[in-house]
Amino acid sequence: MIQTIRFTLNHKPVRLRVDGERMLLWVLRTDFGLTGAKYGCGEGFCGACTVLVNDVAVRACQTPVKAVAGKSVLTIEGLAQNGKLHPLQEAFIKHDALQCGFCTPGMILAAYSLLQQSPLPDPAEIAVGLEDHLCRCGAHQRIILAVQDAAQQMKGGNDK
Amino acid sequence: MNNRDEWDLDFTDLLTRTPIDRRQFIKSFGGGLIVFFTVGDAAAILQERRQQGYPTDFNAYLIIGADGRVTCLVGKIEMGQGVITSLAMQLADELDVSLDSVDMVMGDTDRCPWDIGTFGSLSTRQFSPYLRQAAAEARAVLMEMAAEKLQVPIDQLQVKNGIVFEKSNDQNNISYGQLTGGKLIERHLQSKPSPKQQPELNITGTPMLRRDALEKVTGAAKFAGDIQLPDMLYARILRPPAHGATLKFADTSAAAKIPGTLIVREGDLVAVLHRYPDVAEKALRLIKSEFNLPTATVNDQSIFDAMLKSTVEGKTIAEAGNISTGEKEAAMIIEGKYLNSYVAHAPLEPHTAVAKIDGSKITVWASTQTPFSAKNEIAKALGLSPENVRVITPFVGGGFGGKSRNQQAVEAAKLAQLVGRPVMVAWSRQEEFFYDSFRPAAVVKIKSGLTASGAPILWDYAVYYAGERGSQHFYDIPHHRTMAFGEWSQKNGVHPFNVGPWRAPANNTNTFARESQIDMMAEKAGMDPVEFRLKYLKDEKIRGVLKAAADLFGYSPARLPSGRGIGVACGIDAGTYVAHIAEVAVDKNTGHVQVKRVVCAQDMGLVVNPEGAKIQIEGCITMGLGYALTEEIRFNGGQILDTNFDSYELPHFSWLPKIESVLIDSRGEAPQGGGEPAIICMGGVIANAIYDAIGVRMFQLPMTPARIKAALKQQQQN
Repeated sequence: MIQTIRFTLNHKPVRLRVDGERMLLWVLRTDFGLTGAKYGCGEGFCGACTVLVNDVAVRACQTPVKAVAGKSVLTIEGLAQNGKLHPLQEAFIKHDALQCGFCTPGMILAAYSLLQQSPLPDPAEIAVGLEDHLCRCGAHQRIILAVQDAAQQMKGGNDK
Repeated sequence: MNNRDEWDLDFTDLLTRTPIDRRQFIKSFGGGLIVFFTVGDAAAILQERRQQGYPTDFNAYLIIGADGRVTCLVGKIEMGQGVITSLAMQLADELDVSLDSVDMVMGDTDRCPWDIGTFGSLSTRQFSPYLRQAAAEARAVLMEMAAEKLQVPIDQLQVKNGIVFEKSNDQNNISYGQLTGGKLIERHLQSKPSPKQQPELNITGTPMLRRDALEKVTGAAKFAGDIQLPDMLYARILRPPAHGATLKFADTSAAAKIPGTLIVREGDLVAVLHRYPDVAEKALRLIKSEFNLPTATVNDQSIFDAMLKSTVEGKTIAEAGNISTGEKEAAMIIEGKYLNSYVAHAPLEPHTAVAKIDGSKITVWASTQTPFSAKNEIAKALGLSPENVRVITPFVGGGFGGKSRNQQAVEAAKLAQLVGRPVMVAWSRQEEFFYDSFRPAAVVKIKSGLTASGAPILWDYAVYYAGERGSQHFYDIPHHRTMAFGEWSQKNGVHPFNVGPWRAPANNTNTFARESQIDMMAEKAGMDPVEFRLKYLKDEKIRGVLKAAADLFGYSPARLPSGRGIGVACGIDAGTYVAHIAEVAVDKNTGHVQVKRVVCAQDMGLVVNPEGAKIQIEGCITMGLGYALTEEIRFNGGQILDTNFDSYELPHFSWLPKIESVLIDSRGEAPQGGGEPAIICMGGVIANAIYDAIGVRMFQLPMTPARIKAALKQQQQN
């Protein structure tokens, strides 16, 4: 059913006439041109499509757009603000915590969500938190280091 | 919304404050603007860039802008392996410019010099000498030009960060940018200068962070699927349920009723196109179709026997002494038959391409490891001349050998031609699993022997269908023979679907078999497996990495099985020597293996970017856990039963061992491969560690919990 859906997207209010059953991933990528969230598996197994809805990581390929009505959606494009990278982004760069980069946006947003719940996780907690995010290049060890480092930079706080 | 006229995608925007303007580039070539003295033919350079073979004119590889920024043009592509950094480092070093001033343009068949493809760990060891040579000559020409401008003999000049200055008076200087004015350099040298050697290299050998990280952490990095063109349609193609199936009929009437849907039928090609990919997918599901299915003759269980029964000519890879003499002299004979299943590449980015037609020309943005092959394949499929096809390679989301075929690029091109609008073909994960060119299933049979005193005397080795890479052993064994039956590239009917190169093709299979067998020999000889290897290894490089790995691990010798769960394996790939030592814990009740620690020593000659090399080692080790422990394609004939990551399990975070690596300092030597070698030991080192832990020899990859439990059960029965 075509409906008008309002939500906040990367800190700005947006309004969209759309079939509410369409998955958020495709709406973000095609209607908004925000291609940071990736299609990796289409069934919620890989995490490449991860975005934040009210600061919680969700799989955009499994989230109908109507489910975000009235909520706040953050994609990787909205994470850096006022030209300043988020500590997680800084840490991923500093630790070379990526290779091909296809899983990276989802990985960073999942880590963001994890740090909301557990501001100073140890490596084992990070591994558990990111367990269902796949990285085929094998950057795992560096991703854990980067998330730990970012958590310390954020001093346990979860503001940006 | 994107209302951009066209994505002009290259990598010039990386770290670039002043991106190169493509039109200006064309103008400087097309107009034939001459910089210095000689009159040349700019078109010839463009032509040389496009033809097969690495160009000899240095202008094909680099452009020095008036602002001093250097554009490096290479046919290689960036898929995570890091050559976007290491090639830029080498160019900057050779030219004496800052690394920050180098912009990479990669894998664009119109702009970049021809390249064979990005595979085989070739970018550094095979391609970079061409790039270095080009830069060395460009630098020498610029120095000549500077000497004339500054009225100073060359030997009194020095260059730093692209500024040439008089050694005794640095106020007397001129920049590369001023010298070229952004134009083609038409002067060339009769005798080509040699690229720099150690210790003249300043950037090479220094750890550098990835240069593409900023765009990758902000979502700005464009992959093929991120390209959106005006009027573009997303295509979903009707696929057969099994390889070899043929279409009986397809009823597209229900799909056609979805507003905005375009149906294409051309022979067996049935596709639905829509401006939204998800709506195209929805429409595809409405197509009613039937296929004629071939009878399945093999499955993932029976394939190994089918392989051994199929007749394929063997090739002798290495031979010395006499096998029957070795058999006679052996006091102990050990036989091993090793199996490994088909393995998927499974890059996180499925194959994707966007095609756009302009008159008689077509431009295709493709996730590919072989843009120049893609260009020819597209030209052939569309009946175009290759000059009219341009393939542009954005960032590639992982390849591992799997993006060497370009089916999706041809599909996008064909559909764009048929509908007259830009078309994206982005495979679903199911399609990715279906059309992947899997690492072939394979069998290795080894018969080896020891003398009464425990010295190796016999090695009779036959590998079936994996291929010969890495099949040669390197131990001191007087009577030996290595045969390879079939190659991964061979298409002879035994495989019911595509197979192809998979990170270090053949070597994963061969190293698993060889290093498992060597461990069995060490045990029979009553020796520690590291000491046994060192005793019978003559090559100093392989001894060097083995010792370095043992040192880093803090290895103490013990006879097998020690119960500690420590394994060793070593091998050679792409000119690089590697040795791994791993520690595992095996749960005998569940059969679950937890790899706790992996140490790797690698000797790859000169290391261009030590940080990049270490990342590749870590990636190899982590990825290698998959084929060692869980990854295998289940199939019935041409039907692929694994269609997503629920049943086909890639390594997860919880699997992660502590990974440590050390690079041997061999900077006086030529650089060797880095993207593949460290994965080859993963099957063998884990198999050997499992044996050390529980005294059970695993002969088949992957070593799943079920197989480990079965092997334990069999051990109890014996």
